[in-house]
Amino acid sequence: MIALFNYLIFPGFLFSACAGLMACWLDRKVSARLQWRRGPAWHQNFTDILKLLGKENILPVQAGRTFMASPYLGLLSVALVATILGRSIISPLESFAGDLIVVLYLLLIPAVALILGASSSRNPLAAVGASREMKQVLSYELPFILAIITVIIKAGGTIQLGEILNRQINFGSHIFSASGLIAFLVALICIQAKIGIGPFDASEADQELMAGVLIEYSGTLLALFKLTKAILLYCLPLFLIILFLGKDISPLFLTLKYLGILIVLILVKNTNPRLRIDQVMKFFWGPVTLLAVIAVGLALVGR
Amino acid sequence: MNLKLKALTKSIWVFHVSAGSCNNCDIEILDLFTPRHDVERFGIQLIGSVRHADALLITGAMNRKSVPRMKKIYEQAPKPCLVVAVGQCALSRHMFRDSYNVDRPLDEILPVDLYVPGCPPKPEAIISGIVKLVQKIREKK
Repeated sequence: MIALFNYLIFPGFLFSACAGLMACWLDRKVSARLQWRRGPAWHQNFTDILKLLGKENILPVQAGRTFMASPYLGLLSVALVATILGRSIISPLESFAGDLIVVLYLLLIPAVALILGASSSRNPLAAVGASREMKQVLSYELPFILAIITVIIKAGGTIQLGEILNRQINFGSHIFSASGLIAFLVALICIQAKIGIGPFDASEADQELMAGVLIEYSGTLLALFKLTKAILLYCLPLFLIILFLGKDISPLFLTLKYLGILIVLILVKNTNPRLRIDQVMKFFWGPVTLLAVIAVGLALVGR
Repeated sequence: MNLKLKALTKSIWVFHVSAGSCNNCDIEILDLFTPRHDVERFGIQLIGSVRHADALLITGAMNRKSVPRMKKIYEQAPKPCLVVAVGQCALSRHMFRDSYNVDRPLDEILPVDLYVPGCPPKPEAIISGIVKLVQKIREKK
């Protein structure tokens, strides 16, 4: 019963969806202010979701069940991530061994759902979007996991979110060491690509691919993808806070840290033009992976 | 008035269709999204895929080639979908009304909800048209 409440209401689906939609609004508002526009009202993203739920659902001919099921797959997995992260912040001692690995796998599923749904829609533009998404996943996963390995080494080999948090509460945040700082920067760039905003939105490129992977989705299914993205925008900065900035996790400081990371993401998004997919791969497998390897090395020698 | 339509009037996603216009109306439409007229305040967004559209913004005179394509695009949009005719060409064929290639105006092909006259219409005129359209939808229900 408590598990169900956790999954559906408090740290899970409902709470994270509301927080994520507010984060999406902040994204739109800050972007608008940077372009000297006024920007939408605070309830805009809620209205968008409500409107999409009321629209007609169009299924392409021969699209099949995968097309219908993949938005649910993505949404269910990110809601589970939100639950695990939220629980491990509320009570760090209760988390189970290996939940870091579980979170890593679950964070990959939204991208997989996007690829599956786009490929099953039988639209050529969606196919191009799916192939770009796939390449992007391949490129950012390597440095992201290296950055997390740095944290695991620094936390004394544990793969439990609660223990990583506890260690930081007792001995100070990981970011205040050379390897921690480098790994944090690497992970920050990787979550930018994982959310799919800013310079790494080649798979959804509005101007060239006409919304790319989402091109055939309408109505409820599109709303589910929008919600998935909103929850990702809530989860991933929170994940970084747990891994790197876990010293003080009282609600006030948690919110401030979250907003700080979010603003950095939005500023990077607004000041960088979209990268081509080959540039994305070169960027992640070149300099970013190099930085991540340096971070792992520094962590191994105890810096 | 039901919640579905209320939400629709607060977040209109616009798909821009050019049925062979001279690009003048299209430039005025893009003006709506600039800092001076910023219509994202009202939740209006220009989107890429017709599957996400709540309103089709049609510019230009409908020639014989574009009529079947226009019908196809309208069928692809999820309903409820509004149709907005922008500019004199889309309204009444303007200077092309005696042309061999443009045989009928837009409202004989699709159900048009809003007409914005002008050659090209000012951005202010388009915004005032949108406001009237929203009022019309709200009064109807």
